Amino acid sequence: MFPDTVKAILEGLNKGDFSSEEITTELLARANRHQPDFNAFITLDEEGALAAARQADEARRSGQAGQLLGLPFAHKDLFCTQGLRTTCASRMLESFVPPYESTVAARFRQAGAVCIGKTNMDEFAMGSSNENSHFGAVRNPWNTEYVPGGSSGGSAAAVAGGLVPAATGSDTGGSIRQPAAFCGISGLKPTYGRVSRLGMIAYASSLDQGGPMAHTVEDLAILLGVMAGLDEADSTSAEEAVPDYSAALEQPVKGMKIGLPREIFEAGKVGQTEPAIQAAIESLKSLGAEFVDISLPHIDLSVPAYYVIAPAECSTNLSRFDGVRYGHRCDNPKDLEDLYARSRAEGFGEEVKRRILVGTYALSAGYYDAYYRKAQQIRRLIKQDFAGAFQAVDAILSPVTPGSAFRIGEKTADPVQMYLEDIYTVPVSLAGLPSLAIPAGLLNGLPVGLQLTANYFRESTLMQLGHQFQLHTNWHQQRPSTSGRPD
Amino acid sequence: MQWEVVIGLEVHVQLATASKIFSGAATTFGAAPNTQACAVDLAMPGMLPVFNEEALRMAVRFGCAIDARINHESVFDRKNYFYPDLPKGYQISQLDHPTVAEGHLDIDLEDGTRKRIGITRAHLEEDAGKSLHEDFHGQSGIDLNRAGTPLLEIVSEPELRSAREAVSYLRKLHSIVTYLGISDGDMSQGSMRCDCNVSLRPLGQEEFGTRTEIKNVNSFRFVEKAIESEIERQMDILEDGGSITQETRLYDPDKDETRSMRSKEQANDYRYFPDPDLLPVHIDDAYIEDIRSQLPELPDAKKIRFAQEYGLSDYDAGVLAASREQADYFETVCETSKDPKLSANWVMGELAKWLNQGDLDISACPLPAEQLGKLILRIKDNTLSSKMAKQVFELLWQDGGDVDDIIEAKGLKQVTDSSAIEAIIDEVLANNASQVEQYRAADDAKRGKMIGFFVGQTMKASKGSANPQQVNAVLRKKLEG
Amino acid sequence: MPLKPEDLATVATLAKLDIPANQTERLRQDIEQILTFVEQMNAQDTADIKPLGSPLERPQRLRADQVTETDQREALQSVTRHTEQGLYLVPKVIE
Repeated sequence: MFPDTVKAILEGLNKGDFSSEEITTELLARANRHQPDFNAFITLDEEGALAAARQADEARRSGQAGQLLGLPFAHKDLFCTQGLRTTCASRMLESFVPPYESTVAARFRQAGAVCIGKTNMDEFAMGSSNENSHFGAVRNPWNTEYVPGGSSGGSAAAVAGGLVPAATGSDTGGSIRQPAAFCGISGLKPTYGRVSRLGMIAYASSLDQGGPMAHTVEDLAILLGVMAGLDEADSTSAEEAVPDYSAALEQPVKGMKIGLPREIFEAGKVGQTEPAIQAAIESLKSLGAEFVDISLPHIDLSVPAYYVIAPAECSTNLSRFDGVRYGHRCDNPKDLEDLYARSRAEGFGEEVKRRILVGTYALSAGYYDAYYRKAQQIRRLIKQDFAGAFQAVDAILSPVTPGSAFRIGEKTADPVQMYLEDIYTVPVSLAGLPSLAIPAGLLNGLPVGLQLTANYFRESTLMQLGHQFQLHTNWHQQRPSTSGRPD
Repeated sequence: MQWEVVIGLEVHVQLATASKIFSGAATTFGAAPNTQACAVDLAMPGMLPVFNEEALRMAVRFGCAIDARINHESVFDRKNYFYPDLPKGYQISQLDHPTVAEGHLDIDLEDGTRKRIGITRAHLEEDAGKSLHEDFHGQSGIDLNRAGTPLLEIVSEPELRSAREAVSYLRKLHSIVTYLGISDGDMSQGSMRCDCNVSLRPLGQEEFGTRTEIKNVNSFRFVEKAIESEIERQMDILEDGGSITQETRLYDPDKDETRSMRSKEQANDYRYFPDPDLLPVHIDDAYIEDIRSQLPELPDAKKIRFAQEYGLSDYDAGVLAASREQADYFETVCETSKDPKLSANWVMGELAKWLNQGDLDISACPLPAEQLGKLILRIKDNTLSSKMAKQVFELLWQDGGDVDDIIEAKGLKQVTDSSAIEAIIDEVLANNASQVEQYRAADDAKRGKMIGFFVGQTMKASKGSANPQQVNAVLRKKLEG
Repeated sequence: MPLKPEDLATVATLAKLDIPANQTERLRQDIEQILTFVEQMNAQDTADIKPLGSPLERPQRLRADQVTETDQREALQSVTRHTEQGLYLVPKVIE
């Protein structure tokens, strides 16, 4: 039948093994069939996808090229897609159809890719379990009683479940890496500024970064090549050349230095993922990588700093949702104040409201210095920690999460417990560094991930390491038994 | 008790960029509602700001003009509050790191002295949209065309001591921004808007009294009247032993009074913080020096030059230099006429009168400066008497055309042919034989007064076309010779 | 730090979020717990550390002063029903 990696599908399309219309039709059918199981999608665009697929087939027949010509994939539902509903998994945007396109969506379109729909997520990308969606929780294809992680949980579940070979995600404090780890796929958070944020609905502007999710690192390299690059319309987009990521994959690992932060490895914080992580270290050693003890003295303060900075930014990023120009508007507002307070209270879910309130508090008169400013100072210390470490190593290795996926409902009662899920991912986010999550094992039948972090704009280094690891391991080839493969 | 008035002004100047400060939408005034509000201006989800380099350049140009310290790093902050004319729920502004820091400008006081007024800062920010209160089924209508127009907010030190001083300061500011070409300064269209902070304190006391802020005053005259009425209101309260409430007030020109704007007063906590969508803006000395080297001649320098180069009085030089258009007009007139004093008189006299009557700005003057210069030339070469010149001026104003063509067509040439003048005078003397007798009998003192009669008669007989100086000379010669 | 109910009310007013009375206490506890958690930051001395707002610390790119947008009112207003004569409608704004 159809292959499930980007590389193999593009090869199949090029060889004429199948058409884009055929594989798109099949994936739409699977997505529909598995919607009750995984709830991975918020919107499926059958008509648009099939039209795009036929157009891609036509283009291929007439000899036109396109990096992703005819490739079916899905967008996380925070990338604005012109003419296709974009909800951010919120009641606030339940019926919002953007009259414009995000830069990421435009780049996929230009590359000839076929978007089959918009994936479910934590509302406004706030969450680590994908339980905070107005459209219901997403379920992990490995075991549907477990969370897929968040906030890009729909994208991770759609890839893991065989509904699409690839999907876009966004990562603010771990929202690509953690669900990738929980669902046993590969995910890359690029350097802050590497991928345009224009048209990607903001959660926390100084942290948000779009990135690709797929089964293999090889696929991530192809996808990042399409997504990355300067966008003049995003002031924080970096003027930095985009290398040929695929070409870098074949470089050997021998002689590369990888740091193991003693604050994680010596403090016994690797936790349940330890066997998988140790095995991965051995694999990389056997490939010639050298492991070095490093120190990141301030990373314990990352989660507290993150849960001030991200809510502070979100509290004002979400002020534009006021019921006036778009989005949910309450019935019969009695005055302006009522229009605002009721539209927002009705439109936003609980976690979003919590973060808005925390962020508002942290920025308010008398508390700014103790919370927001303090967090920004700690952010600098963390950035300096990494800068110091990268003087000695090419990459840093750690778990992605303290354990494998948890049960749906297990952590919803305690927001702080949920926040601690992000302990390994947020330090990297605060520093704005590129970071890769790849499958590295199974724990109680659920996937466990490995996180590799490199210096700014060294995505190639990460993917080189990841690809070489995948050439010698088969964790990335494992598929859940409940997955959407045809019987 | 003797009270001292303390005034500080916050002036919002709309910068004359083609596009908005953070988007590529046009800034043109008066377009149909929301046709110049793009996705960024409307704060559509996912939209991001990108800073307009021209707005930065204009702010730095202003900073150089007021001899200010220019910050090498400016940072945009979010000022958070909800209002329908503010689509993002925050205004992008500059709090701790404004582009322009301390500077100053000099104002001329009525007693002829100058006073230096400190400028605390001038920061860049975006304008809000407009709420229209006509009734849409009990609702207000929001037009966001103005949202995102670049503003330079110029904050003075509280060093102004009267409504008059405040107006002088505002006029000076107006003249500087229009000289620099960074704003059209049109107060009627809101290109320049003024918030006035007013307080009183017992004379000699160092500590400031409680101030009120009068928002959005939109003409020089209203600034003066609003401040005066607010001073009066505060003085009445203080004299009665009351105290002033710190609040925002609005000036009502119809009633000539200020009133409290309670609705805007509720618990403002703007939660300023650096906008994470924008990075700090860095400029170096070379950038600043390049702008400084290209500054045009500013009003103060021009005034001094006018006085020195053209021998004008300080007052005349000051009036002519007050606006760049007027100064340029004057200099063009001068270039043609080669007579600075006469040019100044005509620009400040006849021309100002006609502009005033037509409620016109000099930029809309129908009479080209070259023609006024030529008109003055024709006075100087005696082709026209000043009375005739005013007639030609009126024709030029109304119908346009060329000075010489009008003189020719209307036969307005002054008679300077001495034989023609002599003939007229001979006739006048013949018709007034008894007056001639009396004149010849009188002494020098009386003659001086009596000659006016003959001049008048001669001018009347020539229908005003005879050259008065010539008439005078010929008369004296004939009466006394 | 303990969060008083009136502090929560103030923050909710600033954030324009209507909080039903029966949710107030639960929300107050959640936020108090989060604030207590983030206060771990206080253990770190940060005197003289310059706050870091954006990770890259690169200079800002500027755009040329050019009008690049055309009138898109119809498309941009297609996402709301609350317009009339091109204006967005809101409950009466009182000045």
